[in-house]
Amino acid sequence: MSKATIERGLNAFREQMNAPIASFFSSCVNCGMCAEACLFYTETGDPKYTPINKLEPFRRVWEQEYTLWGKLKSLLGMSKPVTDELLEAWEPLVYDACTLCGRCSMVCPVGNDISYMIRRAREGFVAAGYAPEGIKGASRRAITIGSPMGVKYPALAAQIKHIEADTGLTIPVDVEGVDYMALLSSMEIMNFPEYMEALARIFKQAGVTWTISSEAFEATNSGIQIGSSDIARELVNRVVVAADKLKVKYVISPECGHAYTAIRWEGPNLIGRPYNFKVVHILELLDELRASGRLKTEGMEDDRLTFHDPCQIVRKGGVLEPPRNLLNMVASNFVDMQDPREMNWCCGGGGGVSANERAEELRIKVFKRKKSQLDELNVDTLVTACANCRLIIEEGLEEYRMEIPVVGLTEMIAEHLVDEKSE
Amino acid sequence: MDFLLWVRGPGFDIALVVFLIGILIRLLEVLILGRKPDHSEPRGAELGAGLRTLMTRTLPEQGSFKRSPFTVVGGYIWHIGFFITLFLFVPHIELINATLGLSWPGIASNLIDAVAAVTIVTLLAMLFSRLSHPVKQFLSGPEDYLTWLVTFLPMLTGYLAYHRMIDPYPLVLGLHILSVELLMVVFPFTKLMHAFTFIFARWYNGAMAGRRGVQS
Repeated sequence: MSKATIERGLNAFREQMNAPIASFFSSCVNCGMCAEACLFYTETGDPKYTPINKLEPFRRVWEQEYTLWGKLKSLLGMSKPVTDELLEAWEPLVYDACTLCGRCSMVCPVGNDISYMIRRAREGFVAAGYAPEGIKGASRRAITIGSPMGVKYPALAAQIKHIEADTGLTIPVDVEGVDYMALLSSMEIMNFPEYMEALARIFKQAGVTWTISSEAFEATNSGIQIGSSDIARELVNRVVVAADKLKVKYVISPECGHAYTAIRWEGPNLIGRPYNFKVVHILELLDELRASGRLKTEGMEDDRLTFHDPCQIVRKGGVLEPPRNLLNMVASNFVDMQDPREMNWCCGGGGGVSANERAEELRIKVFKRKKSQLDELNVDTLVTACANCRLIIEEGLEEYRMEIPVVGLTEMIAEHLVDEKSE
Repeated sequence: MDFLLWVRGPGFDIALVVFLIGILIRLLEVLILGRKPDHSEPRGAELGAGLRTLMTRTLPEQGSFKRSPFTVVGGYIWHIGFFITLFLFVPHIELINATLGLSWPGIASNLIDAVAAVTIVTLLAMLFSRLSHPVKQFLSGPEDYLTWLVTFLPMLTGYLAYHRMIDPYPLVLGLHILSVELLMVVFPFTKLMHAFTFIFARWYNGAMAGRRGVQS
């Protein structure tokens, strides 16, 4: 990467400018309602965390360069410039205090999609050199090693070998011509290998042909989080090359929120063309298998349990019905939190916040939102479908001394698979 | 009254030209930026979802209403009150008829009077809220107060003129018209433009979410 400078930052802001963004900036009347939709404001009461305020540097670029009045003001020396100092001051607001969860975008009365703007504003910040060390490091590792957590293929191969030995299942690697290529998040490889085992068991029962690619198994995309299209494109491209090489029809996005946004929604635009394959989220695939009768489960969880909707999969991803359809298959005592589905509150660790050590204290503080949602319900178990949400929630629960086990939905389904031998 | 003649004649013409050309420039400034084609495979159609969000954002999301009841209710009252006094007061309709040849029935002037009083009080309350609510106070700059002022003045001077509270009458009527001209001139260069651009903003928001299968 060439050296980050304020000029590069300003150019990146300019490259991101488009009609939606200009409409949004033109329409904001500073009513302040977005603050009430953002957990960083509701849990701290600090007005600087008002979502639209996080966009002040980007707003200045818009006003000064894309409006007649702003250009006149600049000529007369009446406008406040966008400087290194400004970006430095705003960096914690843009990276530590926004998870790109998109809840503010659902409530703005004039219709501003604020999280869309913040995603784009990050392009300017990172190009100018203002991004947290934690996400910079993750991005560097993703590019050089292949994974933000530094997980190389041998580590995955060891986990695969381990699972195969334990269960007698086969986890196919680099098999050409199968229907599905599964992606994994580093967190699933290292912290929650149960996910891979669950896939193997479910796909075996349902007769799904699948593989993992040894060249592109990593689903997470630090480029999306840090806001660098160049990095994001490189990471998406690895998956595209591997999927084309293995001639698969589908790529499965795992239980990871931003990975889905990256590969499903941003990916084709990053590489500038549609894919030769389709992208499905694992929950979409499981729901399809359920609907076609290929996914057979037995027994019900009778624990009182709830589902945490991962923002990028549900609100920003559109996978709305599958989680509940699947839960209803295996849980008899499922309750929704207040503000469920597309209005759910973020765990506080999305959008790169969990990779940013500087944000940790704030993240724990804003977890109070999830805590109060859970306190109202008094559940035995929390189910979710994003490894990052899962880890963040586990940490939050521990911090606030709440003993609620957190389970991935795919694993829960796998645990209820009809035992083939007993049939 | 030279003053009244000027605000009714050349003053109004200038304001109207600035208003119309200004709005046209501002809308073009937004639209010419366009947006790149989206290559991702859509889950839902953009058009219908965009139009739906355009309508549904008129009502607040439930949780937001509970958290910002004053902003929501106050916002409704003064916007509706402003449009009622602007478009349903018989002398205003007559003026529009004389200029554009369009006409519609008005409502009783004592009713307009009551609506105007409520709107003025609400606008004052909104200003108080902007000055005191921590978020609004934090976000607000000179433009927010300028746009409040140029919205408030036509209401106030109209009320004073209707009740003949300033003598002579042509002076207060002239001030009323001048305040409207001020509003028209300021309009295209400030966030008052939201009155038009919210249509694009809501549509884009709804369309982009609708493409992903979410009704925003």
